[in-house]
Amino acid sequence: MNNRAIAAGAIAVVAAVGAWILFVGLPSWYGPKPAAPTATPAAAPSPVPERRITATLYFVSEDGMSLVGVQREIPFGDPIVEQARRIVEAQIAAAPPGLASPIPSGTTLRGLYLSDRGDAFVDLNSSARTNHTGGALDELFTVYAIVDALTVNLPAITRVQILIEGREVDTLAGHVDLRHPLQKNLKWVRTEKEKT
Amino acid sequence: MAFVAGALAAQAPAPAAPYTVLSREGRRPLPVRVVNGQEMFALDDLARLFDLGVREDALAGGLIVTARNQTIVLSIGQGLASIGGRLISLPAAPARDGRAWFVPVDFVPRALSPALGTPLDLRKPPRLVVVGDVRVPRVAGRIERVEGAARLTLDVSPATPHTVAQDGPRVVVKFDADALDPALPTSSMPDLIQAVRPGESPASLTVDLGPRFGSMRVSDLPGDRGSGRVVIDIAGQTTEGTPAPQAPPPTPDAPPLLDLAPAGSLRTIVIDAGHGGDEHGARGRDGTLEKTVTLGVARRLKASLEARLGLRVILTRDGDENVGLDERAAVANNNKADIFLSLHANASVRPSAVGAEVFYLSLEEYGDEAQKVARGESEALPVFGGGTRDIEVILWEMAQARYIEQSAALAQNVEASLRERVPMSPRALQQAPFRVLVGANMPAVLVEMGFISNPEQEKQLSSDTFQNAVVQGLVDSIIRFRDAHGAPRRSVQPGTPPGAAR
Repeated sequence: MNNRAIAAGAIAVVAAVGAWILFVGLPSWYGPKPAAPTATPAAAPSPVPERRITATLYFVSEDGMSLVGVQREIPFGDPIVEQARRIVEAQIAAAPPGLASPIPSGTTLRGLYLSDRGDAFVDLNSSARTNHTGGALDELFTVYAIVDALTVNLPAITRVQILIEGREVDTLAGHVDLRHPLQKNLKWVRTEKEKT
Repeated sequence: MAFVAGALAAQAPAPAAPYTVLSREGRRPLPVRVVNGQEMFALDDLARLFDLGVREDALAGGLIVTARNQTIVLSIGQGLASIGGRLISLPAAPARDGRAWFVPVDFVPRALSPALGTPLDLRKPPRLVVVGDVRVPRVAGRIERVEGAARLTLDVSPATPHTVAQDGPRVVVKFDADALDPALPTSSMPDLIQAVRPGESPASLTVDLGPRFGSMRVSDLPGDRGSGRVVIDIAGQTTEGTPAPQAPPPTPDAPPLLDLAPAGSLRTIVIDAGHGGDEHGARGRDGTLEKTVTLGVARRLKASLEARLGLRVILTRDGDENVGLDERAAVANNNKADIFLSLHANASVRPSAVGAEVFYLSLEEYGDEAQKVARGESEALPVFGGGTRDIEVILWEMAQARYIEQSAALAQNVEASLRERVPMSPRALQQAPFRVLVGANMPAVLVEMGFISNPEQEKQLSSDTFQNAVVQGLVDSIIRFRDAHGAPRRSVQPGTPPGAAR
């Protein structure tokens, strides 16, 4: 009776320890690292030399009639929302020689948010509207440079909605409907490689 | 509820011309108030005119309107009404001022008419509410010069018996109707026709003859689809011995000036001059503004379509004013336009970019939800009193989805016709998620006439020659579209080839 109870207790203890190792210990030793705190933008610079990734960004061709995809080295970001921010920041930055930026001058990224459904919300400052040329084709280029830069480089992002000063807007310059997140669309991108 | 009242108090109601209610009992004025940009009728006025009961249901958050045996429940916070469980959308929520409630004017045809079981036809440009079977034909007139004579053409829809009689210095056209819904021309030949104006009786027109009046000839031509056409030729006096050449009798076989073909297949076109007011659109280096170019071309196009095709043409703006993107499509929807044409001028960061482009809506950018709407799938909506109901939701937001194929055909015609007259961009025909096209409930295209950012095109865009070339191309394309497709909205039955629909 007594022996039996001790044996049962020992088995229970072994089982409990085994279960802990199996479900808690092992995953933390071998599994993916728990996600770094997501809301630390550039607060803790990693001691490692800055990692970079290659991303495709989009700029206006010489004749002004299409976007051209250009491979650029941009800073690595983790988690994905941080990488998305870096991509948009690189897309907003100056265009390589021979190409023009599809993003109006003075545009800055105020914030970028991701939803569980893979929608990215890209919040730009008001310069994206006020400094726009007002052309419909240019407006398509502005919008789709950002939409395509995110969806092409980050497959986890399926749709992109552009906000201005934190608010949803109808359009940037009176044409392209921005009331909904937009999907990737490469029809504004010229396929043949630009020779420089 | 308090905030609704507050909103109304904050927004000083603007005065607006009253509507006239035309019924068998006669004409009665119906005052209009503009609240937050929406024209509204006072519910009390409607109650008096149509013998309605109105009470507020604070519990349900609605207004209950009883009309005969039917009950209309108006939702206070939103532009929705329900009649016997059927949901009807309104352009705005009811507004309140003190104890009085106001409803959008569209409440009359959309909600009141089905509830009363009586046709209530709201005609916005002439500001009429036509009750029941009162006959109010639409009369659209135009004046042209035909071999030295003045030709007044009146398109009457539906065809209505009429008499034309000369009475001294004027001609009186009397229609067998209760009233008219006229769109009358101004005369470009005052020596023959001084003016065309509403007559003394409600269903008549008066033509004031000019000092050179010599003789008159009247012809009636049947229009198709139940419309009629009266042609009055006014010839000048023959002061010299030789008789002045008389205007040839108009025959449908040999129309030199007029395109008499199927007048009824296209009736109404809405032309949208892009941008306006403090929204300048794109700007050229010499300061030419897109909004000015678009309005100039829109006005020319209107004149040309009216004169050559006898169409009813409505501009979304006829001045330098701000018009919302939703409003632009709403003008086309409310006027049951057969075509919506939005005019723009392009701009590029590259000054070399050149050429016209024609766009129609693309749906794929909107993702699955839009595709679902395009397929017309039904959706469950909450109804007053709890529960849900499956109804076919036609989101105005996606109205264009149903017309994509016709819009594509129209865009192809526009592209082909423009190509004959103006330089085209390498991307001449495109699809894009353009906001102004989404809500248009008819074939709709957006035309970028050229790049205002290109110095040479900037000059062209403000020149008469170029604007006329664009107008000519657009008129040609509309004729092509009409001849190939007839009336897209009303004549094409499912499963019937467009050419066979009659």
